[in-house]
Amino acid sequence: MSDSTAPPSPIAIRPSLSELFRAFAIVSISGFGGALPWARRKIVEQKGWMTAQEFNEAFALSQFLPGPNVVNFSVVFGTRFGGAAGAAVALAGLMGPPLIIVIVLAILYAQFGDLEALSRVLAGITAAAIGLLIAVVAKMAAPLFVKRWNSGPVIAIAAFIGVAIMQWPLPWVFLGLAPISVAFAWFKR
Amino acid sequence: MNDNPLIALAGYFALLSLFAVGGANAAIPEMHRIAVEVMHWMNDRQFADMFAIAQVSPGPNIIIVTLIGYHVAGFAGAAVATAAMCGPTCVVAFLVARTWDRFKDAHWRIAIQAGLVPVSLGLIGASAFVLARSADNNVYAGMVTAVTAIIAFATRINPLWIFAAGGILGLSGWL
Repeated sequence: MSDSTAPPSPIAIRPSLSELFRAFAIVSISGFGGALPWARRKIVEQKGWMTAQEFNEAFALSQFLPGPNVVNFSVVFGTRFGGAAGAAVALAGLMGPPLIIVIVLAILYAQFGDLEALSRVLAGITAAAIGLLIAVVAKMAAPLFVKRWNSGPVIAIAAFIGVAIMQWPLPWVFLGLAPISVAFAWFKR
Repeated sequence: MNDNPLIALAGYFALLSLFAVGGANAAIPEMHRIAVEVMHWMNDRQFADMFAIAQVSPGPNIIIVTLIGYHVAGFAGAAVATAAMCGPTCVVAFLVARTWDRFKDAHWRIAIQAGLVPVSLGLIGASAFVLARSADNNVYAGMVTAVTAIIAFATRINPLWIFAAGGILGLSGWL
């Protein structure tokens, strides 16, 4: 593997549509539990299609947008290098192979979902996956609780209570809290 | 909206796709509310099973909508649910990608992004809570969750190992 030895050139290498498809297909099937680290490795380190800075900006945009971040990223990246066709191809590469795999799993689950052993394995995986979610929350929360005057924790706890305890529909909770939170961020600077 | 499951899938997931700030992990509580509480498409255990399958499948975790869609209405359901979850947000991403350079340094853009972080934090926390309520039915499962949380917080271990350990513990009949 000869990675990151190429000098950073001002003119980025432009991937063809089939390269785009292949890159996102590989990223998506290698990316267990989150495809973004793989996307960075492939796009920045191996292919040199973007600098680290450009990647971070495209990633920031993907986070800014609603919906699944990796899906957004594939569209943002594809658009940039191939317009609408590029976006479609990158998205198809990202979603195609996992879709086939997961459909097979869905068929198997419909057949064997009641099997005692399978249900025990899945229960174990779920218990572990919940732990991962808690770790994500802890990592995200740490910086919010550092500063003294900060609306972050209040908003986060309110969102949690609204969705988890009150079980209100997400759009209501979002429309109730997001404007307040954004307003705080706006005036804080 | 309730008569045809395909229309319900399309409507709910298309709407969810625009409000899921923080990605698939933030969308779990709303999916659970719709699939289990409102539409009664499945029970808690089936929802938790699909969450687990989506976690260990390669690809984006949002693929759980494909599993839900298939469960509700077969291949057509899988296709409709996936397209509804990805479609609206992809259109927005496409439109914004072309104008991003104009506003990426704008104050309002930075404020929106910073303001949404606490909201997604609360939603992801709610995901953990909703899943734990439907899946962690005994002390051992709760312990696996707690230990996993600590390991994942303190190390950068590949989640696959954590899933493998959880699956083996589950198979052994402890949970």
